[in-house]
Amino acid sequence: MPYYLDFEKPVAELESKIEELKRLADGGDMNIASEIKRLEKKAKDLRANIFSKLTHWQKTLIARHVERPQTLDYIGLIMEDFIELHGDRCFADDPSIVGGFARFSNVSVVVIGHQKGRGTNERIWRNFGQPHPEGYRKALRLLKLAERFKKPVITLIDTTGAYPGIGAEERGQAESIARNLFEMSILRTPIISIVIGEGGSGGALALGVADRVLMLEHSVYSVISPEGCAAILWKKDGNELTQEEYEKASESLKLTAQDLFEMGVIDEIIPEPVGGAHRAPKDTASDVKKTVRRHLSELMENSIDTVLEERYRKFRVMGAIKKELA
Amino acid sequence: MAWFKKEKYTISKKVKVPEGLWVKCDGCREIIYRKEVEKNLQVCPKCNYHFRISAIERIQLLIDEGSFKEIGGNLTSMDPLNFKDQVPYKERLKDAQKKSNMKEAAIAGETLIEGYPAMLIVLDFAFMGGSMGSVVGEKFALTSEKASEEEVPLISITSSGGARMQEGILSLMQMAKTSAAIAMFKKGVMPYISILADPTFGGVTASFAMLGDIIIAEPKSLIGFAGPRVIEQTIKQQLPDGFQRAEFLLQHGMIDMVVNRKDLRQTIIKLLSMIVGGEKVKT
Ligand SMILES: [Zn+2]
Repeated sequence: MPYYLDFEKPVAELESKIEELKRLADGGDMNIASEIKRLEKKAKDLRANIFSKLTHWQKTLIARHVERPQTLDYIGLIMEDFIELHGDRCFADDPSIVGGFARFSNVSVVVIGHQKGRGTNERIWRNFGQPHPEGYRKALRLLKLAERFKKPVITLIDTTGAYPGIGAEERGQAESIARNLFEMSILRTPIISIVIGEGGSGGALALGVADRVLMLEHSVYSVISPEGCAAILWKKDGNELTQEEYEKASESLKLTAQDLFEMGVIDEIIPEPVGGAHRAPKDTASDVKKTVRRHLSELMENSIDTVLEERYRKFRVMGAIKKELA
Repeated sequence: MAWFKKEKYTISKKVKVPEGLWVKCDGCREIIYRKEVEKNLQVCPKCNYHFRISAIERIQLLIDEGSFKEIGGNLTSMDPLNFKDQVPYKERLKDAQKKSNMKEAAIAGETLIEGYPAMLIVLDFAFMGGSMGSVVGEKFALTSEKASEEEVPLISITSSGGARMQEGILSLMQMAKTSAAIAMFKKGVMPYISILADPTFGGVTASFAMLGDIIIAEPKSLIGFAGPRVIEQTIKQQLPDGFQRAEFLLQHGMIDMVVNRKDLRQTIIKLLSMIVGGEKVKT
């Protein structure tokens, strides 16, 4: 039984009706068969309609959908021979970030990504994809391996954010993120990052300083979550924030793939099937694969010095600044 | 001790602090004669809490008088997201400019410290919580690049709530921009000294502020990635005493030293003389 978001409820109702009819139609009743066809078309159109005008908040909910493909799903679908590596060699292995070597279109690469997990137990074990410093330090260790062995890096971004906790602060959450930004900006190997779900602030960017930054059509990437933003803007003592306020906050933040593309922050949007990546993971993955392959071969044609110069320029020019005349 | 603290709290609640004459200390919650705090470089004489001071005051405390030449002083913010809020972002910027007498949350420039040339950038909490948007990021990158070019040390002093929400993703990207600038700077042999003042959080801590070759903090400053309230709400526990204070960071190996404001200039001079000079053996 697939999981439907609130705004998908009309589609969900239609689809359950279709299911019911299909059960009844076992006898091969032609009238029912044509009715099923009619309803299926109606459901398809309805879904297409809903997805053609998603609000920023609805996109955020799709980006966080529990059934949305995660890093390990994509690794399974677009790479071969994944060998997972563990641990930061300092403190622990953080299961909210996974990574290792894998073969991608015949190229051996280092792949790293956030992993939220599925089902209560796994999600708790992976801390819902919210890394501690050891997660970022494991990622850094793998980035350094990639540099030494001259393997390109592919990172998959999908996190609400770095974990806000006592241990995380004690062990230097801020330093671990800063260190990754620093090292990624000069890492002597091509890097491609794909936001596959949620790009939550610094905890996302810590895997996202790349030569190419791509986003799936219904993913989001933001400096703060809509909830955090709404709380800052509208939270008064004890009042519950409303759906409407989340809508307003996410609109204000301009956090969709389309917004970021317009602002020149990302390089390309990878389309998703109608209904979102989770309705057809294989199709989505195959589009991801094609897109990444194209960017990777472009990057690998250039000298690494050129790639690094361009990487520096890419982030150096980001921002909106007015120069006043003296 | 609990009752004692509570009593103090009720006193401070009853006594109305008249603007100007008295000031309440955030460190010990005592009401202190303002003149006494001012005389003491804006440091509480009772508990050594370092009050927030303006970027200009910080610069004055550190540099050789009259040596500061500002760079990027003509850069101001835009409203790239057309951010919706009760008070429009452009209004907030104007208010902040009036209140702080600054054009943006950072002042940057070249300067001399005991004759040592250096590039300096200082964030001011009075300007929208010292938050980093495009202009702060740009000023940092300019400062860092100039320090690379001229082969002089780079010094930053931060007091900031983090990335500026009103510029959305562009603020987040300033973290990448400033960290990349530091990575370029560190290809040279000059030091980057990062001084953390109360408070330093979020996207500023998680980018250039924690990338100092040497990291110094003012006593009792709150420094961290996530704010204490966010952590408390997440873990649903009370935070331990002294959590995220400068001394806590020192204990956990995150910074090199905690230095009193009155000793900051001398400490920097000592470090500069050690790192920049002194390579000849005396015979
Ligand atoms: Zn005090």
